[in-house]
Amino acid sequence: MIDCKHVWDRISEFLDDTLSREARDLVQRHLEHCEICSAILDSTRNIIILTADARVFELPMGYGERLHARLEEEISILRREPR
Amino acid sequence: MPAKKSAENPRLAPSAVFALPMREPPDRSAEAQVIAAIIAGDTHLFHDLIRPYEHTIFSMAMALLRNPQEAEDVAQETFLKALRNLHAFRAEARFSTWLASIALNEARHHLRRDRAFESLDNTSDETDRIAPELLRDWREVPSEVLERLELRKMLQEAVTELPVIYREVFLLRDVEELSISESAESLGISAASVKVRLHRARIMLQMRLAPQLRRLAPKGRRFPW
Repeated sequence: MIDCKHVWDRISEFLDDTLSREARDLVQRHLEHCEICSAILDSTRNIIILTADARVFELPMGYGERLHARLEEEISILRREPR
Repeated sequence: MPAKKSAENPRLAPSAVFALPMREPPDRSAEAQVIAAIIAGDTHLFHDLIRPYEHTIFSMAMALLRNPQEAEDVAQETFLKALRNLHAFRAEARFSTWLASIALNEARHHLRRDRAFESLDNTSDETDRIAPELLRDWREVPSEVLERLELRKMLQEAVTELPVIYREVFLLRDVEELSISESAESLGISAASVKVRLHRARIMLQMRLAPQLRRLAPKGRRFPW
């Protein structure tokens, strides 16, 4: 049986499913008996989902229009000067 | 709520249940066809090719530069470079990965040029062990919570204040959804270092945000974190 600190050290890899089978099983068995670690795992997973959402950073007004206008300029140049 | 056996508690089902959800990626073969058509001369299709990535590339630049104007410049430069160099894109890579690598390099270039770059040496991978916040309560992430300005600001600060070596890994892996090896290649570090930095980034976010999110929850309700 592994202790809580060992589980915390493996949370990230557990979430990514990159642990060895043996290590994953050890974590899994611990989680089945440890309410605290299983809550920490859920909390970490949710916080990753929230912080990784691109909508955390709102696009500036007109961003898309400016981007595509600039791309259009470049496309026109490329068309005039084909590689 | 007492801990239960996995058979009774869906949260404790096999690890696949815990795997982080992936956003629906654009169809790779359709994307490859569009890229081939652009290289062959149908250049206007580039507008459609990049639309799915406009927001994440901006977000990544914003998280690194912390300035909307600079982030927009970096995003524009990223897409312009992608357009100019599309013929060099190798089909075995994912287009999203390629874009993210360009954006990372552009953002790093801006950081070096505009201000004293946070020294990579000041943040060691070998810092003391960090332990996550103890939190006992939890429920599913409501997507509408992102609509709340206060929460969004909290998340922005938590991400932008991560030390840069952890921020970069978090952005590539969790925001841009590169694999461990793709992230390692983009950053020029080993896969083992990516894993270590990613773990620290995620735990730092959890440690910082879990207590804040708990405070944000309305009184009388179970906090979701």
